[in-house]
Amino acid sequence: MKLDQETVERVAHLARLEIDEEEKETFTHQLSDILDHAEKLNELDTEDVEPMAHATDVNNVLRSDDVKESLDQDEAVANAPDEEEGMFKVPQIVE
Amino acid sequence: MLEDYEITIGLEVHAQLATNTKIFCGCKNEFGAEPNTHTCPVCLGLPGTLPVLNEQAVEYIIKAGLALDCEIATFSKFDRKNYFYPDLPKAYQISQFDLPFCEAGEIDIQVDDEDHEIGITRIHLEEDAGKLTHAGDISNADSSLVDYNRVGTPLIEIVSEPDMKSPQQAVAYLKKLKSILEYIGVSDCEMSEGSLRADANLSIAPNGSEELGTKTELKNMNSFKAIEKALTYEAKRQEKLLDKGEEIVQGTRTWDDEAGKTLALREKEEAHDYRYFPEPDLVPVIVKDSWIKGIKNTIPALPDERKEQYVEEFGIPEYDAEVITADRELADFFEAVVAKFDDAKEVSNWVMGEFSRLLNENEVTPANVEFAPADLAKLLEMKEEDVISSKIAKKVFEKMFNTGQDPETIVEEEGLKQISDSSELEEIVEGVLEDNQSAVEDYKGGNKNVIGFFVGQTMQATQGKANPQKVKELLREKLEE
Repeated sequence: MKLDQETVERVAHLARLEIDEEEKETFTHQLSDILDHAEKLNELDTEDVEPMAHATDVNNVLRSDDVKESLDQDEAVANAPDEEEGMFKVPQIVE
Repeated sequence: MLEDYEITIGLEVHAQLATNTKIFCGCKNEFGAEPNTHTCPVCLGLPGTLPVLNEQAVEYIIKAGLALDCEIATFSKFDRKNYFYPDLPKAYQISQFDLPFCEAGEIDIQVDDEDHEIGITRIHLEEDAGKLTHAGDISNADSSLVDYNRVGTPLIEIVSEPDMKSPQQAVAYLKKLKSILEYIGVSDCEMSEGSLRADANLSIAPNGSEELGTKTELKNMNSFKAIEKALTYEAKRQEKLLDKGEEIVQGTRTWDDEAGKTLALREKEEAHDYRYFPEPDLVPVIVKDSWIKGIKNTIPALPDERKEQYVEEFGIPEYDAEVITADRELADFFEAVVAKFDDAKEVSNWVMGEFSRLLNENEVTPANVEFAPADLAKLLEMKEEDVISSKIAKKVFEKMFNTGQDPETIVEEEGLKQISDSSELEEIVEGVLEDNQSAVEDYKGGNKNVIGFFVGQTMQATQGKANPQKVKELLREKLEE
C-alpha cells in the first residue's frame, strides 16, 4: 500500500512530531512497507473469527472503590516545567 | 415553535459518577478540593503506570443502563481517544468506542400533556479531564493553569437519539434523566458543579421534509434555563439563515449566556481525528446475568412508578405527584410526613408550598433540613385540632425550618396557641365592635360583608391567634343581638 507524503505529514502533525523533508521521504517508504507487510494478514480467511478486544484472555480485572493516599500538591507539580499556585502552568492554548 | 420548519434535537449528557474514588486509581473523587491534591502517578499519566478499573463505576453504569431501559452488553471494552489538550495529561482519554456497556434505552417524557418517547442510543463509561483556568479570556490569555483533581473522575456519557422536536422537550428529557440518575444514586447531578453537563445537536428542516438539515453542536450550557434559551436561539438563528437562502455551517458553537447568543468556535480541521484504538492497558469486562440481576435488585421505585403510586394510594392530584416525585429527597420527605399524618393532600400542599419555598430561599435540600418530617406531621395535627390557626402554623413552620425546634416547643414558648376560649374571645370581639361603631351601623344597615373587616380586626388584635371560625360566630351573635 503506497502512502503519499501528505498522509505522512498529517500523521506527524497529529502526533505533534516535527520532521524534515528527508525524513518525510524516508518515513513515506518505511510506513508503506509496514502497511504492505500488514496487508499480508488480509490474505487470511477470517470469516468466522471474532475480532479480538485484547491480546490476552484475561478479563474483569477490577478494583474495589477504596480511597488510597494521593500525592501532596508540591509532589504533584514537582516535575512541572512551570507552576503557579499549586497548578501546572501551560503556554497559551488557542493561537 | 418555528412556522415552516421542524426542529430536531439530540443530546449528549455527561454525568459524573458518585464513586468514592476515581475510575482507574484510588484518588478521592471529590469536588472543590485544593488544586492538585487528589492526584497520583496513574491519573497524572506518568510513564510506567497502569490503570485498574473501579468496580463501583461499572456497577453504576449498569445500574443507569437498567434504569433507562437499556440492553446491557455481555462483553465490553475500553478504547483510547487521542487528542492533545493540556487538561488531558496522557494525551488520550480512556473511553469506549464500539462496545459500550449499554445500548438502546429510552426515557418517557410529558410536554404539554403529550407523551413522547425519547430513545437512548448508548451509554458508555469514560474518564473526565482536568480543569483549566485561564488568565482572562481563553483567546488572549498568554498562559493557563491546570488542576488535575478532576482528571479520572468516572463519567457516563448518555447519548440520545435525535428524537426531540423542541427545546421544551429537550429540557423535559434532561430533567427526567437527572431525576432518574438521582433516584438510583449514581450521580449527584449538580449542574452548577459540572457533575451533569449537556451538549446538544440541533438542526431544522422544512416541514414534511424526509431529510434532516445540517446540524450544529452546542456547548457550554450550564443550567436548564440556559439550555432552553440556547436551543431556542439556535433554532431561530438557523431559521433566519435558511429563510435568506443561506447555508448552515456544520460545526461547534458555544452558548454565551450573558450575550444570549451562540457563537462559532474556532476549530482546526483535524480536530476530530481521534484515532480510536483498543486500550491495551485494560482488559475487557464480561457482564454475567447474575451480576445484572444483583444490580437490578438495588434499583428503587423510579419517578414514574412512584408518581402512579401517589395518585392511587395517597389520592393526591397527578400534578402534585409529578412535582413531588421528580425529586427523590422531596418524595422521601413527603412519604415520611404522610406516614404520620394521613391527610396526604394537606401534606402535599405544604411540601409544594411553604416547604419548597423555604428550601429554595435557603438553598438546602430536603435531606438536609434541621427538623424531622414527624415535626411537620405534628404541626399539621395541631392545626387540624385547632390548637393553632393556619396563619400561625406557617409562622411556626418557618421557625422550625430555621431552628430545628419542634412545633410544640415553639407554640408553647411563644404563646401561639389559638384562642378558642369563648369568654376571652368575647372580650376582644366586644372591644373591636366598640372601636368601629360606624362599621357596626353599616352592618345593621344591611351590609353584611363588613363582617370580614371585623374578623380581620380581631385577628390583628390577637396577632393571628384567634380561631377565625369562632370569631365569626361570636361576631354574628353580637351584631344580631
